[in-house]
Amino acid sequence: MTERPPRETGWRVDPGGWVDRHGDYLFRFALARLRQPEVAEDLVQETFLAALSAKERFAARSSERTWLVGILKHKLVDHLRRKSREQPVSDFAATDKAVEDLFDERGHWRRKPGEWDAGPGATVEREEFWAALARCLGKLPGRLADAFTLREVEELESHDVCKALDVSATNLGVMLHRARLRLWRCLDVNWFGNEESRK
Amino acid sequence: MNVLRCNEIARLVSEALDRALPFGQRLSVGLHLLMCRPCARFRRQVRFLCAAAHRFPEGGEGGGLPLDVGLSPEARARIKRALESAGR
Repeated sequence: MTERPPRETGWRVDPGGWVDRHGDYLFRFALARLRQPEVAEDLVQETFLAALSAKERFAARSSERTWLVGILKHKLVDHLRRKSREQPVSDFAATDKAVEDLFDERGHWRRKPGEWDAGPGATVEREEFWAALARCLGKLPGRLADAFTLREVEELESHDVCKALDVSATNLGVMLHRARLRLWRCLDVNWFGNEESRK
Repeated sequence: MNVLRCNEIARLVSEALDRALPFGQRLSVGLHLLMCRPCARFRRQVRFLCAAAHRFPEGGEGGGLPLDVGLSPEARARIKRALESAGR
């Protein structure tokens, strides 16, 4: 309760106080999703500027922060779209060794999936769990992380992710599969502690 | 008879998160999962992982970042200036 802004500031547009009230929140939102501080700063600035020029259209149905986060999400997708246009996926590898290595030559699990329901890791969705997930996302090749973030964190429809990243539906499917398997494996080891081989 | 292997099942389990699989593939996956506990466990876990990602925090406490992460003083000042000059 103590963190909530006074009701009146939540329901009217007050650009003067925006940066102090929401700047860090928006920055953290963008940083967790893009992992580049300079880009996150730029997107926060773009968000405030867009909000300023659209403030007459602000409907007081939502809080100021919800409205700003909505604008930031659009900016984030725009940024990835620009980036994809500037650096098309030309390095799309036919195979992903990290994923291939999970299986043996006959296509069986090299190491069977470990238990996720026991041990200290079983309590998820604590702060530490999100930090672990963010670290694992950070280890993905950038494009795979972008695909996963748009599809699974921001829950965009597949065809919107395809448009944003400028990839075909088939390629997006491959990218998401690689991202999911790498993340699954990373959490399995680093959060659920299943390092030992369990053949 | 096309028997799918675990690596192919893993691929289809992932694909099913993005689109409905055709009936034949659904059936193959379903049968495989009945007989293969590692794949069944993998499916549960990867779906859990994606469901968790949907609930990734916005920008408040946690959010996968240390609590003291925020705008740098320089960025804060720059953004305020940009807003002021745009607001005029």
